Amino acid sequence: MMTSAAQATVQAINTAAPLIRPKTSRDDKIMIGYMLVVGLYLIIALALPLYAMLSKSVSTFYFDLNNFEFQVNNGDGWSAPATAFALNEKLKREKLKREKLQAVQPEQLTTSSDGRLAATVFFPDFSFRGSTRYRIRQINPASSFLVGSRQIVDTEWHEFESNEFRRIYLRASRSTGLDNYRVYFSTPALFLSMKNSLLISLISTLITVSLAFGFAYALARSTMRFKGLFRIIAMAPILVPSLLPGIALVYLFGNQGMLKELLLGESIYGPIGIVIGSVFFTFPHAMIIITTALAISDARLYEAAISLRASRWKTFWTVTIPGARYGLFSAAFVVFNLVITDFGLPKVIGGQYNMLAVDIYKQVIGQQNFEMGAVVSVILLIPALLAFSIDRVVQKKQVAQLSARSVPFEPKPHKQFDAICLIYCVLVTVFIAGLIGVCQYAALIKFWPYDLSLSLNNYNFDVMDGGGWVSWYNSIRLALYTAVAGTIIVFCGAYMVEKTNRFVATRSAFQFLAMMPMAIPGMVLGLAYIFFFNNPANPLNGIYATMGILVVCTVTHFYTVSHLTAVTALKQMDREFESVASSLKQPFYKLLSKVTVPVCLPAVLDISIYLFVNAMTTVSAVIFLYSPDTTLASVAVLNMDDAGDIAPAAAMGMMIFYSNLCARLLHLFVTRKVMRKTQAWRTREGGSD
Amino acid sequence: MNQQPTSNPHSPTPFLQIDRLRKKFGDFVALDDVSLDVFEGEFVCFLGPSGCGKTTFLRAIAGLDIQTAGTVHQAGKDISALPPSERDFGIVFQSYALFPNLTVAKNIAFGLENQKLSKPDIVKRVTELLELVNLPDQGAKYPAQLSGGEQQRVALSRALATSPGLLLLDEPLSALDAKVRTYLRHEMKALQRRLGVTTIMVTHDQEEALTMADRIVVMNHGVIEQVGTPTEIYRQPNTLFVADFIGEMNQITGKAISSDRVEVAGRTVLTKPHKAAVDATVTVTIRPEDIIPHGEDARSPGVTDTLEQAENEFDGTVEDMEFLGSFWRVSLKSASVKERTFSEVTLTVDMSINAIRRMNIAIGQSITVELPAQRILVFPQGNSNA
Repeated sequence: MMTSAAQATVQAINTAAPLIRPKTSRDDKIMIGYMLVVGLYLIIALALPLYAMLSKSVSTFYFDLNNFEFQVNNGDGWSAPATAFALNEKLKREKLKREKLQAVQPEQLTTSSDGRLAATVFFPDFSFRGSTRYRIRQINPASSFLVGSRQIVDTEWHEFESNEFRRIYLRASRSTGLDNYRVYFSTPALFLSMKNSLLISLISTLITVSLAFGFAYALARSTMRFKGLFRIIAMAPILVPSLLPGIALVYLFGNQGMLKELLLGESIYGPIGIVIGSVFFTFPHAMIIITTALAISDARLYEAAISLRASRWKTFWTVTIPGARYGLFSAAFVVFNLVITDFGLPKVIGGQYNMLAVDIYKQVIGQQNFEMGAVVSVILLIPALLAFSIDRVVQKKQVAQLSARSVPFEPKPHKQFDAICLIYCVLVTVFIAGLIGVCQYAALIKFWPYDLSLSLNNYNFDVMDGGGWVSWYNSIRLALYTAVAGTIIVFCGAYMVEKTNRFVATRSAFQFLAMMPMAIPGMVLGLAYIFFFNNPANPLNGIYATMGILVVCTVTHFYTVSHLTAVTALKQMDREFESVASSLKQPFYKLLSKVTVPVCLPAVLDISIYLFVNAMTTVSAVIFLYSPDTTLASVAVLNMDDAGDIAPAAAMGMMIFYSNLCARLLHLFVTRKVMRKTQAWRTREGGSD
Repeated sequence: MNQQPTSNPHSPTPFLQIDRLRKKFGDFVALDDVSLDVFEGEFVCFLGPSGCGKTTFLRAIAGLDIQTAGTVHQAGKDISALPPSERDFGIVFQSYALFPNLTVAKNIAFGLENQKLSKPDIVKRVTELLELVNLPDQGAKYPAQLSGGEQQRVALSRALATSPGLLLLDEPLSALDAKVRTYLRHEMKALQRRLGVTTIMVTHDQEEALTMADRIVVMNHGVIEQVGTPTEIYRQPNTLFVADFIGEMNQITGKAISSDRVEVAGRTVLTKPHKAAVDATVTVTIRPEDIIPHGEDARSPGVTDTLEQAENEFDGTVEDMEFLGSFWRVSLKSASVKERTFSEVTLTVDMSINAIRRMNIAIGQSITVELPAQRILVFPQGNSNA
């Protein structure tokens, strides 16, 4: 007999329903597998390199003299072991007596990862012809020393003849700390470039956003003619590298410039040049965003304003500006980010005016100081990350503004206003087309300003520095690989994030990784790649200095915008497609190939052209990563300009422009054709209601 | 509205057995130990306000959002943890989820591919299904070229294409306009009867549930309030929530006096026998159409229009009249001058157009109504579930 209490317990157990662990379907397994693959890609191509860079920036290297011990044998047996520190101290004391002696000074002990110190400095009487024998060992294996190029890391005694001992170099020990940052902030020149970068970015942002707003406003609110043409010309800067306007400005306002007098003695090499060039290359980005923001404004608000007899001026400030404010914010952040992280333009036109992105280049390429390069990179990350996160917050707010019932605004003719708009747009497009035109002119002139006859000599890249026509060919290859591989990776990644119902934590981690590249300046990414992939201990070391790493870097650099495009397209698809397919027992990849991809084809094509164009024009992401076998057109522009071959640089820049223009036209053509073929369902002809 | 669950022979084991289903989203309990048996060939509606858990319930049965705890058996097989692709059901969503880039025929054929069916067989089956839903010759069109009602029928035939044992409908009619909806209700119900497929439909539209379902499952806050035939649900609501959610209901707070009497606004009224304790505060309810209007002569002998229970008569003044097409909805306010009134109570009474005409009722006029005791339901207060 059970007691009633025991019965109650049994009942309680019986009434608790069993917990269910959902069985994972084959589809789920494939999808999670793929998500892990793309996630792994982002970890390898983004998170780990950034981590490597961060740890590099807090790494300091110094010669630990206490860690090396020496013994000397002058033929009369081995002396007692003495540390390098002890020997150095002795040198310092003896220096007072013997003028010629040079001890190692404390400031010489701080070095970089590549630093080396000849062991012979501790032996003032050393002669490589002598018969003295030397022994050296490390006390603990935190550092190492070199015999020629052979690295010795053990703690054994090693014995050398004099002739061999002169090839002994001590290597530095690594320690972690903020010393590099301390050095950075106490170096006035470096600190100044931070101020310069912020100032230039703010000024450029202000000018670009105002100009772009006026332009977008004229396009949206006037009934002027040539709107399509204006829009196309305004988009042109996207197709050229950011340093191209710099070259044009040199021809216009440089030391031998056509319009030099207009600057009234000011030099174009410096802030003026950087700002003008920045406005040029960021203009289309700002214009696209603001145009979108103006397009979503609601005509009913304007009708209300008119019915309330508000003046045009008042309507502008109470309806137009508030309606477009999120777009304006967003455009401002994008422009700010582009300018502060751009490297090509200040390199070409900046002269002595230092900016953060150029500092990275100088530290790494010029001084081979990778640690300081990493420090500047981390510092450059801060404003970029800040701008990025503020923009995300603002973007989230904008969603609520869109309403399905909004009525699009239809502008009405207004003679005076339309004329002003027309003049304004003509001025802006003349500025844009003018700079490109100057580049084209420069590319075709034999020898500015002495021989103005036209020739194609400047296109004979094979006789110049920069890699020749191979560079252009490499760029095309890079752009194609990036477009194909990138589109597949990005679209599939977005599909997994958007269409998997489970694994919430994995998905949000993935989403976070996918958003990150937007905030990472190209140079920072490139430098991080050096630290990560050029490490011999890295099993992926093999892709260093190949086309592979350039593709990986470019795909990663432009991941976020592509991802967002894919996600937006996928979000417009019915969430229940996957449910329907699984209820019909059809695998997800059948749905993907028969429905999802065909419906999203326009977005897929948009992603691929975006990746193609950017791969052609990018300089910052690949400047540290190209090798003699993989020189690129955009880098060639920079290097030829650096070498003083400005006309060929302009010519190569124009080659990039032509290539991108062709790609764009091809994209347009293919999109039209594909739309007609696979998107027939979009037309509603013959609808029965 | 006399549907009885006659269409199902109530075989000894239910087709679908759902046992103590619980679904939590974080701390929020969307389904709280819900159990239900569904029999073969039955048409069951999950009815409730938005957020009551009915869609969660349906998605758990489909395996689209698998429950936290509890089991589901279909045709004797434990499917509790199975992904949707390993279950046997067809589903129609509110959005229809038709593949926009595939023709109607290809949409329907989507589930028939990779099923060891030959191409001609697939074509034959698709033609058959299109005829079944009255859309012959529409196979070559794209979904966007069809009207909403037509799209809904394509979605239905796609769900039925593989002859699933269970048909799940998630608010399948709510995206349509009223007229199409009424028409499709009958169409779908007739189709379901013809095919004999066990069907569960989620809806928030009580009229839809009442006209289509063999049984209705009324849900609220993640629990089942009542399961029953449409007439049971309407006539004998178990809880105040069900009474209130389905149809119109007058609700007056009162006090229980005995097992068939309550005190309401200073008067004692006879009610249907109830279980509320003596002196408990209760909600006294009656449907507007159950209130019988009487003329001035109602209490005179020899007149056919007689009062059955003098205790339950009530005088009031017509305060407002709302014309609802086939009847009038009249607001009756207690007229305090007479003794046969409640103090401070307004009753809603549905009156036929004939009655209004015959009794010449207009705003401001006093009339007598009777509240039949058998129609007065009493629910204890203080617990929404009781």
